[in-house]
Order: sequence, then structure tokens, then C-alpha cells
Amino acid sequence: MLEPLVIDAKGMYYRELNQLIRDEVKKGTTHFRLLNVNGQRYIGAGVSREIFIDVEGVAGQDLGIFMDGPSIVVHGDAQDCVGNTMEGRKIVVHGMAGDVCGYGMRGGKLHILGDVGYRVGIHMKTYKEMVPVIIVGGKAGHFFGEYMAGGILILLNLWNDDSRPIVGDYLATGMHGGTIYVRGKVDAFLMGKEVGKVEVTQEDWGLLRGLLEDYCDDFSKYSLDLEKIMEEPFTKLVPVSSRPYGKVYAY
Amino acid sequence: MMQCREISGCGLSGIISRSRELIPGEDIITSIVHQRERGNNLGAGYAGYGIYPRFPDSYAIHIMYDDEHSKEETENYLRRRFHIEHFEDIPTRRVPAIQDPPTLFRYFVKPVEIPGVETSHDDLVMRSVMEINEGIPGAFVFSSGKNMGAFKGVGGPEEIAEFFRIEEYSAHQWIAHTRFPTNTPGWWGGAHPFTLLDWAVVHNGEISSYGINKRYLEMFGYKCTLMTDTEVVAYLVDLLVRRHGLPLPVAARALAAPFWKDIDRMDEREHKLSTVLRMIYGSALLNGPFAVLVAWNGGMMGINDRIKLRPLVAAVHGDRVYMASEESAICAVCLQPDRVWAPKAGEAVIVPFDDAKEAWEVKGCLSL
Repeated sequence: MLEPLVIDAKGMYYRELNQLIRDEVKKGTTHFRLLNVNGQRYIGAGVSREIFIDVEGVAGQDLGIFMDGPSIVVHGDAQDCVGNTMEGRKIVVHGMAGDVCGYGMRGGKLHILGDVGYRVGIHMKTYKEMVPVIIVGGKAGHFFGEYMAGGILILLNLWNDDSRPIVGDYLATGMHGGTIYVRGKVDAFLMGKEVGKVEVTQEDWGLLRGLLEDYCDDFSKYSLDLEKIMEEPFTKLVPVSSRPYGKVYAY
Repeated sequence: MMQCREISGCGLSGIISRSRELIPGEDIITSIVHQRERGNNLGAGYAGYGIYPRFPDSYAIHIMYDDEHSKEETENYLRRRFHIEHFEDIPTRRVPAIQDPPTLFRYFVKPVEIPGVETSHDDLVMRSVMEINEGIPGAFVFSSGKNMGAFKGVGGPEEIAEFFRIEEYSAHQWIAHTRFPTNTPGWWGGAHPFTLLDWAVVHNGEISSYGINKRYLEMFGYKCTLMTDTEVVAYLVDLLVRRHGLPLPVAARALAAPFWKDIDRMDEREHKLSTVLRMIYGSALLNGPFAVLVAWNGGMMGINDRIKLRPLVAAVHGDRVYMASEESAICAVCLQPDRVWAPKAGEAVIVPFDDAKEAWEVKGCLSL
């Protein structure tokens, strides 16, 4: 691996930091290590070139928004809107992430080690070969997969460290495309009317294995055991209609 | 210096020392200024507790005046009802960005005892605040608690801190706000915190039940005069907790009441409590998106709306508890929190001072 360009972001205004990254990308720099990040927004925003960013600290709102080139690893927590409308590549968060992660995400992968907040995966979508994937290691709040139009959402509950349910209320409300896999049981009371449980097939297990292998690789330092993760039964949710609101505005 | 405006939300921050150690004003300034992106310099403010040890038993009344006349009228009003133990200009310094501030005074007062009248001191102060704010044009009481004070105005959080010399105070707990006014004016009285007695409230969001809440509060003598939705939160907490005697967690359940579908699934006791609360306090229900911090002389409470439409993060480090809109605002003043979490929608995080746990019946509310 190339020696990364190290930037100390302590006290740096987000525009200054992001401008610096963009200028360096133009010059051909491909590897970045950002130290002392604390809430700076829009890191990696809209970057199309294949670059690698290590973030040390707390990543701010809209990390990786609109991007399709960077691979970003956050060694800490991330705030709200991680991967907003992201086009491709990957964001890995070694901590928890806030609300509205993967909002309108249309490609690439989002791997989060810990819990996520509310409305994660809202309106993510698939287009041809672009299939966005979000894998959450902890638990999720309400509206997980709300209005989901495509892609794959996986919730693992690996840590089970408190009494909260795996997933919050209004799960997949308005979902009309894509697939949600929850490791464990899901109370039907929490599910939106537009979604139903279906059997996990051999094909699903194959898909899950491939995706989770990659997830475990990203978090190898925590020695996640893929086989153990796969031992638990998963609940698979898919939409019951491709146009749940098709008749709402018809007259 | 950032000039252009960006769509964002308000920001809030709170820090409490449960053993009542003194937290320097610089900490809360650093934390709220860190969230400057969340405001647009049209309002900011601070409230500190334990900042007036010289007059711990007097009500510290902070008033903003538009002119000499409103000041004279208000002081005549105060003299008739209170012993004024001490009064002074609120210390400020000139800040170029802050144009035309109102005249700012503080009075340390105790109510005059009237033989045969049994109204409590708190009620007398509350009534006086309402009468001044409604009845004396150009005069607004913006703080009225004991041994605490709110400082607020139109400006960014850095400028308001510099203007009010916040770094010269130390407090057992602080809350702060940076404002991004959306549908009400950005004026001095409309900056947060909103206060009554020792209650102080900072809020990110929009109370869409404002009209119902306001009319309900009017029945109990509260007048909403500050043209901003958050005002009702301070008065509702005063009504439910101080006057009606509800334990704070119960009051929180009235303000952010569980949905009926969730009540239907509760066990008998919880079902009964929630049903009764929704019936009696239907008009106190706060609707719309909110993240709110409520501080008082017994501690601090953070609470979100029931479907989490605004962010709120909490952290603990030893004796200190932090709550803010963004985790980075906590990390800006606390490098290694023992624990960081996002409170659940609609569930209050209540952090009493160690010496106030019993009095507020909030034992065990925060499981750390």
C-alpha cells in the first residue's frame, strides 16, 4: 500500500479539509489518512476517482455523499446521513452511525460495526447492475428500510448488549423493492403494512455468505466468526406490492 | 468567517456535573460553537446553574429593555412586589457583530410577604414574569430562577458568549443553543433558552402543537408572548412538574406520550397510567419534530419526539453527562467518553444531581 498523505484535521473547517482533499485528488494522491476528525461534514463528497481515506475520529454529516470512487474507513463513530445518495464503492465504520444512513443510496457498500439510528436505508434503490448494500452489526431504530425501492439491508445484532429490540418500529414502511435480512426474529407488530416475511432460500444463504464474508474481512480485527453469524436464523422481508401507493393519487 | 446560509437545523448542547463540580463556561462555549453549522447567527444562548452563589436564595430576574421608559415602568412594578436585594447591568462587552442590543439588567429579588395571602413565592414570580412580558411594552424577563441565569440574544454562539462574557462564569450544569429560525422571527426574546423560574429549555425542531399547548397554558395563567414555539415547553414543564406535582418521568410521558397502538400493548398498570395521562394531558402533548434539553436546579433532561425527527446524542464520562445534537460537540470537550449513545425516540434521559435524586423521584432514571 502507498504511503498515505496524512492530514491533521484538528480544528479544521470542513470546507478547508474537503478542498484540500479535492486538490490532492486532482494532483493524483490516492491514499489519505485524516487525523483528529471531529464532526467535519461531507468528507469524500462527490469524489469519483478511486481513492482511499482513513478517518480517525468522529466523521460528520453526509460522509461520502454522492461519491462513487472512494473507499472510506472510519476508525470511530459516524454522525447522521452516512452514504447519502452514494453511487458506489464502500464506507466502513468501526463504531456506531447516526440517523438516515444510506439515504437514497444507489450503489456501493456501507458496513457499520455497531448500532445505527433511525431511518437507515430510507429509499435506497437498485438500477440495473447497481445494487447498494448496507450491513449493520448492531441494532437499528425505527423506520429501517422505509420506502426502500431496491438494494439489500442486513441487520446482524451481533452485540445484543441491551434490552432494546433488534429493530425499531415501522420497519420497512412503504417498502416496494429490495430485500431486508434480519438476523433473529422480527415481531410482526413492528412491520409496515407494505412488507411480508418470506422463507430464506438456499440462494439467499449463498448471497448472505458472500456479503458477510466481505463484512467480516473489513472487521477482521474483531475476529468475527462468519460461521457463528450464519448459525442464527435470519428473517427475510420483501415488499408485498411493487406499488403500495399506486392507488393513492389515482382518481 | 462563514457568510452564506445553509439549510440546517438548530444545535443544542448540555453538560452536567452530577456532584455539582463547577464546569467552566469555556466548555459549553466550545461545545455549542462546534455546531455552528447548525445555526445561522440569528440567535444563540446559554443557561448556567449555580452561577450566583452570592444570592442563592433570591430569584435572579434577567430583563431586556427596549427603552428607558420600559425599564422605569418595570422597576416600579418590581419594587411594589419584591425586595430588591441587589441589581446591576448584566455584564457585557462590545462585540462588532452584535448591533443594537437591548438594555440588559438583572435583579436579585425576594417576594414581599403579604399577610393573609398564601400564594407561593414561585407562583408570585411566575405571575410577575407573565405580567411584565405581556403588559409592559418593550420589557421582557428572560430568566427568573434562583442561583441560575439565562443569557441569550441575536447572534452566533461565539458572539453571544463573548457579548455576555460567558467564559467568566462557572456552573454545575450548562445548556446552550444555536439557532436557525425557520418560521418565527429571529429577535432577542426569541433566542433560546426559554425559561421560567429555574426551568430552562433549548430546542431543535418545531412544536406543531403550539396553538393547542398555548391555549391550554392560558387556562393556568401562562401567557405566550415570545413568538416562538419553544416557549410552551418551559411553561408545560412548570405546570406539570412544579404545580401539578408529577414526577418528571411521568411528565415526560405526557409531553411525548406513547402512541395508542403502543399503549394497547402495555401491561395493565402502564396501560392505565398512559391512558390517564393522554386523557388528562391531551392538550399538553408536544407534536412535531423535537430534540429538547430541559434544565432545572435538580438536574437535566433530554428528550426527543416519538419518531426521532431530530438528532440527540448522550455521553457519560465519570461524573459528567453530556447531551448534544452531534457527537462531535461532545467530543470537542470530552476526549474519551465512557459511553456514547443515541437516546431512544420519546424516552427521556433524566440526569439528576446526586443530591437531588430523591427530591425529584427520578432515581434510577438514567441507568449508567
